[in-house]
Amino acid sequence: MAMKDVPDNIFMTSLDAAASWARSNSLWPMPFATACCGIELMATASSRFDLARFGAEVMRFSPRQCDLMIVAGRVVMKMLPVLQRIWLQMPEPKWCISMGACACTGGVFDTYAVVQGVDRFIPVDLYVPGCPPRPEQLMAGIIALQDKIKHGGTLNGTEFGKRTQPTGPTPYDLDELIRIREANEKLISIN
Amino acid sequence: MSAEDALKLKFAGAELTFSQFRDNHRIVVPAARLFEILAFLKNEQHFDMLAEVTAVDYLEYEGAKDRFGVVYVLVSTTSGERLIIKTFVNDPEPLLPSVYSLWKSADWLEREVYDMFGIRFSGHPDLRRILTPDEFTAYPLRKDYPLKGRGERHNFPVLTRAES
Repeated sequence: MAMKDVPDNIFMTSLDAAASWARSNSLWPMPFATACCGIELMATASSRFDLARFGAEVMRFSPRQCDLMIVAGRVVMKMLPVLQRIWLQMPEPKWCISMGACACTGGVFDTYAVVQGVDRFIPVDLYVPGCPPRPEQLMAGIIALQDKIKHGGTLNGTEFGKRTQPTGPTPYDLDELIRIREANEKLISIN
Repeated sequence: MSAEDALKLKFAGAELTFSQFRDNHRIVVPAARLFEILAFLKNEQHFDMLAEVTAVDYLEYEGAKDRFGVVYVLVSTTSGERLIIKTFVNDPEPLLPSVYSLWKSADWLEREVYDMFGIRFSGHPDLRRILTPDEFTAYPLRKDYPLKGRGERHNFPVLTRAES
């Protein structure tokens, strides 16, 4: 069929690109909001900032219906197994945004109970910095994620299979090991 | 007669230390007589509410003789008075009688003190950890526990994108 015979309302593309286009414009977020970033997340979804313009307004509180996890706020060690479980319950294809300083690195909460970045334990696609980030910033993040899905997304999600390494730093980095050893030595000397 | 005067009369033999800062009335009592003093304040005085149970770790604190101070804040809902009762316990087995039988609010308050400081309360109906996970073994508000923990916050499986 020659190109001149194709009607105007038909365009040609690959199946991967068509699927990625559809997915990127209908992201359904799972709001994992544990702290003040969650307030900004709510503001982003509300009428003033209107996340619906980007097709991502359908916040679902069941992970089975979501394909975008937004971790908004600090995650403590008691909450992390819950986060991992919710992540595993989400159907493929799925993406994860780590929103705010605490979700990305632990932020100012460098204590025994707070996980130092969720990317150590679940895969993260995009980081939104800020404490907390403005709604515009989160929307910029979602637009960037849409871009990422459109460029490189595949129908079968084969691009995910290549990511066999954890996203974040190794759980025990060198500083942490040194700190643990010092703490244990001090404990032994006290007793 | 104020509650403090009543205590002085009733427990004349006990070592009670009274002090006051602005409107904070504080009494330090010996741990052995803690329960009867609190029972007296509840039943024969009018302190019908236990607002707070908390503890202080005096490890390496200048001039401190005991390891832990345990603080009870009592409130009277009729007169609005507050009374702060403090007692001291020591290692290796810090143990106090539970006041759950006097005030039901002691249930979670004592569990929190147990979770954070490892002070046990005998007679408590359900002395489990309340804030940290059940498998946690340390008592994190003790002064000999490092601020950044002993690696508990890193002790989780790592999920990569290929396998999840």
